[in-house]
Amino acid sequence: MENKLIVSPSPHVHSGDSIEKNMYHVLIALIPAFLIALYVFRLEALVITVCSVLFCVGFEYLIVKYIMKKKPTVLDGSAIITGVLLAFNVPSNLPIWILALGCLFAIGVVKLSFGGLGNNIFNPAIAGRIFLLISFPAQMTTWPVTAVAEATDAVSSATVLGNIKYAPEILPSLQQMFLGFEAGSLGEMSVIAILLGLIYLLWKRVITWHIPFSIFATVAIFTGIIYIFNPIPLYNPLIHIFSGGLMLGAVFMATDYVTSPMTKKGMIIYGCGIGFVTVAIRLWGAYPEGVSFAILLMNAFTPLINNYTSPKRFGEVVKNG
Amino acid sequence: MLKTFRIGGIHPKENKISAGKAIQKIDIPEQVIIPLSQHIGAPCQPIVKKGDKVKVGTQIGKSVGYVSANIHSPVSGTVQKIDTALDSSGYKRDAVFIKTEGDEWEDTIDRSNNIKREFNLSSEEILEKISKAGIVGMGGATFPTHVKLTPPPGTKAEVLIINGVECEPYLTSDHALMLEKTEEILVGTTIVMKALKVDKAIIGIENNKKDAISRFRELIKSYPNISVEELKVQYPQGGEKQLIDSLIRRQVPSGSLPISVGAVVQNVGSIYAIYEAVQKNKPLVERVVTVTGKDVKLPMNILARVGIPLSNLIEKAGGLPETTGKIVSGGPMMGKAIASVEIPVTKGTSGILIIPTLEAKRKAMRDCIRCSKCISVCPMGLNPTLLMNLTEYEVWDRAETNHITDCIECGSCSYTCPSNRPLLDYIKLGKGRVNTIIRARKN
Repeated sequence: MENKLIVSPSPHVHSGDSIEKNMYHVLIALIPAFLIALYVFRLEALVITVCSVLFCVGFEYLIVKYIMKKKPTVLDGSAIITGVLLAFNVPSNLPIWILALGCLFAIGVVKLSFGGLGNNIFNPAIAGRIFLLISFPAQMTTWPVTAVAEATDAVSSATVLGNIKYAPEILPSLQQMFLGFEAGSLGEMSVIAILLGLIYLLWKRVITWHIPFSIFATVAIFTGIIYIFNPIPLYNPLIHIFSGGLMLGAVFMATDYVTSPMTKKGMIIYGCGIGFVTVAIRLWGAYPEGVSFAILLMNAFTPLINNYTSPKRFGEVVKNG
Repeated sequence: MLKTFRIGGIHPKENKISAGKAIQKIDIPEQVIIPLSQHIGAPCQPIVKKGDKVKVGTQIGKSVGYVSANIHSPVSGTVQKIDTALDSSGYKRDAVFIKTEGDEWEDTIDRSNNIKREFNLSSEEILEKISKAGIVGMGGATFPTHVKLTPPPGTKAEVLIINGVECEPYLTSDHALMLEKTEEILVGTTIVMKALKVDKAIIGIENNKKDAISRFRELIKSYPNISVEELKVQYPQGGEKQLIDSLIRRQVPSGSLPISVGAVVQNVGSIYAIYEAVQKNKPLVERVVTVTGKDVKLPMNILARVGIPLSNLIEKAGGLPETTGKIVSGGPMMGKAIASVEIPVTKGTSGILIIPTLEAKRKAMRDCIRCSKCISVCPMGLNPTLLMNLTEYEVWDRAETNHITDCIECGSCSYTCPSNRPLLDYIKLGKGRVNTIIRARKN
């Protein structure tokens, strides 16, 4: 007995937290948005999501095992999240072979060539989506008329942001956008579903409020100021927050641990940067939507932000309170 | 809202399974081993030799140097030898071996149980008594108390803070002491207030010890200058700097002592020892030790003489469980894993925690996923994952500018990490190196 005692430095207890727990919490938080996608796009949503997850997990397994020659890590949940998020970012009628290319790029190039989970610079799902958007612009921006829209006699299959500049008279109501029955990519449309996910992630302390709320606040203030002077839908802050990939991006993609800053100050700078770039692209850019580009750009700034922000130290500011 | 500190913190499972258990006595074995270094600072010089007869309370070690503390015999008997013995750090250090004969105490010690409330001593006389009695910080740091109660020139204490937090999971020795020696602790507090010439004292207790809080509140009416504050259960609430922040909303600056914000902190165990030293002339020769663990048959609090092997205490608590994987001297967050149960109880032994094999092993380390949870929980506002990397790559200048020396080694970072990264192991290494570099630069 005596000589079998384990001797190791303190602490001698652990919280039991793990990479898996965090990843599976994120997956649970994605369920409401997935249910809305199923309701709106029916079987197509299921097929795209399942295929995307299978491709991501499959590519990761094969590359890690046969090219990197390490023990496959697919069950940590991160490849599943990439698969789901990429699926949520494409139209429901995207050809499967295009989707497979996106998954290969996201997992093979963006994630594993940097060394896998924890070492990648860019969010794999975001980079995968942008790769597809640039390579297959037509397929990536043709949205089907949704089953719900048909039933409710909706007129257009262009997205809100697609119409906002040129056809503001046919925008859906804010209510419709809040529920998520407008046209758009698979899982990005329902504000309420994503908000439920956000509440879950905050409750489980997977993420903190800093990134999503600084994005919302920046977008709202930036567009709000213009809206005061020129109150047309193009500048309506609520439409901007409710539309496109902003909710999904702010809650699930910008908050990716690996590619976002680590200090609270840094998170706020990063969130404001994303909000600012998003609005700039939406209002003055060639693309109707800018969230993915904004996140990708701020991903690139993350190491710099980490370098120049440090946590608030004990005894640094306050002496007497 | 309960009071708490403003940066970081965690809430590990409390597991106070020995809470509310009365303090038990334990038989003195035939031989005791008294290490000559039971405190931070210079080890004692032995002042007895082989064959000398000693009583309980006879001084056997003399403090040398400013930061050091006397050591007294906890038993009566004959000195067998002065030799090296294993201590909790795993090193062999000088110790006095005494063969026990009866239980005869020095005549000067008042062994009655009466509470003696009055004292008529000057500040200097009190400090002299504390110094003679060899009292050290009993929360675990074992810093000599008389040194701590002598503020450096140019500084002035404004408030005395009594640490009854006991934020380490499992441990209940301070809790037991607060329940059974409530008034003695209040008298001790008054004594230390006199020594420090302060007119205000606050006792901070986490609100998982409601019985202790209410017991103090009952008795405190006759001690108008002492108040009791209920604190949120949050680790490391009992960290000196954290406790000061919680209670008086002042943050001790980096590299400074609590006195720089006018505070002096004392653990309740030390306060009780001070009461006994000043009012009963009793040196520090025994302390309350919690013996606990999930598979321990009879988790309990034991009043044990210094020098008794830990194995005797474990035996009293029902013996070593079959499942034992690790034995920790102290609490699970900051305690030391020990290699042998034959090491003796010392002034700083607050508990013996027996951890089952299943929980004793660390999980494999994985890549950092930059979740930044270590940063969120660090009570000193440091960046543990950065400090670990800087230590790994030996970037000492950046480790220093990122304040590695501020680390209080509470372990919240390693506890929290979802990738099981040994953050604190590295930070301790780096902190040691950086401190060496700083010292070399000063010389």
